[in-house]
Amino acid sequence: MSYRVHVRVMPRTGLLDPQGQAVEHALAALGFAGAGDVRVGRAIELELAADSPAEAESEARRMCERLLANPVTEDFELEVEAR
Amino acid sequence: MSRRVAVVRFPGSNCDADALRAAQLVGAEADYVWHRDTSLGGADVVILPGGFSYGDYLRSGAIARFSPIMAAVRSHADAGGAVLGICNGFQILCEAHLLPGALMRNAGLSFVSRPVPVTVERTTTPFTSAYAPGARLTLPVAHGEGRFAATVDVARMLEAEGRVVLRYAKGDPAAEPGNPNGSAHDIAGISNAEGNVVGIMPHPERVVSPLLGSDEGLGFFTSFMAAGTATPPMESMSR
Repeated sequence: MSYRVHVRVMPRTGLLDPQGQAVEHALAALGFAGAGDVRVGRAIELELAADSPAEAESEARRMCERLLANPVTEDFELEVEAR
Repeated sequence: MSRRVAVVRFPGSNCDADALRAAQLVGAEADYVWHRDTSLGGADVVILPGGFSYGDYLRSGAIARFSPIMAAVRSHADAGGAVLGICNGFQILCEAHLLPGALMRNAGLSFVSRPVPVTVERTTTPFTSAYAPGARLTLPVAHGEGRFAATVDVARMLEAEGRVVLRYAKGDPAAEPGNPNGSAHDIAGISNAEGNVVGIMPHPERVVSPLLGSDEGLGFFTSFMAAGTATPPMESMSR
């Protein structure tokens, strides 16, 4: 079976996110007065061959732990979609 | 005493020639090692130079850490061999978990390229033994991702164990503006517990001769040339 894996990597809450701050200031400058607590992360998508959704998820989790996210500074979320 | 230095080149390294020349200047026998190589060729000292390995894709150092040569660098480090990561080299050492913590986007987002005053805090390393404890140096930094981050526990451990090698100096604000990137504890460089693996954001290889404006960085290279620097027992095994 082939699965589409969606990975969302975000800077860990509590750590300074200067990109988020810069975007927040830019939004304010454009007149979007209501926007706040902006954070900038990263989305990664990939195709993965696996026997079950559970296997796909566990494989994708290992990818995140080894490469896609930095365990010191980032948190990640996974979504596995059957094709 | 003769020393053999390996300067590892990754695709995107751009301070490799400066590091090689600095090592040669103090009398070391220095050679480049390509990131796809698997042997350090019997080197006593390994330098991971600055630059933008793999274009800083994903995160600085995240992909370089899986280069074939990194297995040899890890064995060398584990055997007590001297390893210095400068700038991108420091980022690679953190990503490889040879040093704790991580280097994040500078607070303020700007790429910072200027001389900064630093204090040498740990001198019991193969790269800082030539300096007096507490020595003030002015070294150039040039990075966009140099904000050292670690958990509270890790930062506390680094302080308690005296593993902060370089710290951004804060004195007279005009002469010593301090931390250029928002680093935790004003950290500019750290070491492993043993002291043989050192990572620093400033570039000592750029200030090794009066011709370059200063030779205040030369000590990082004369340190490992000094007698008594540990040579790893197993390092010269060829593979």
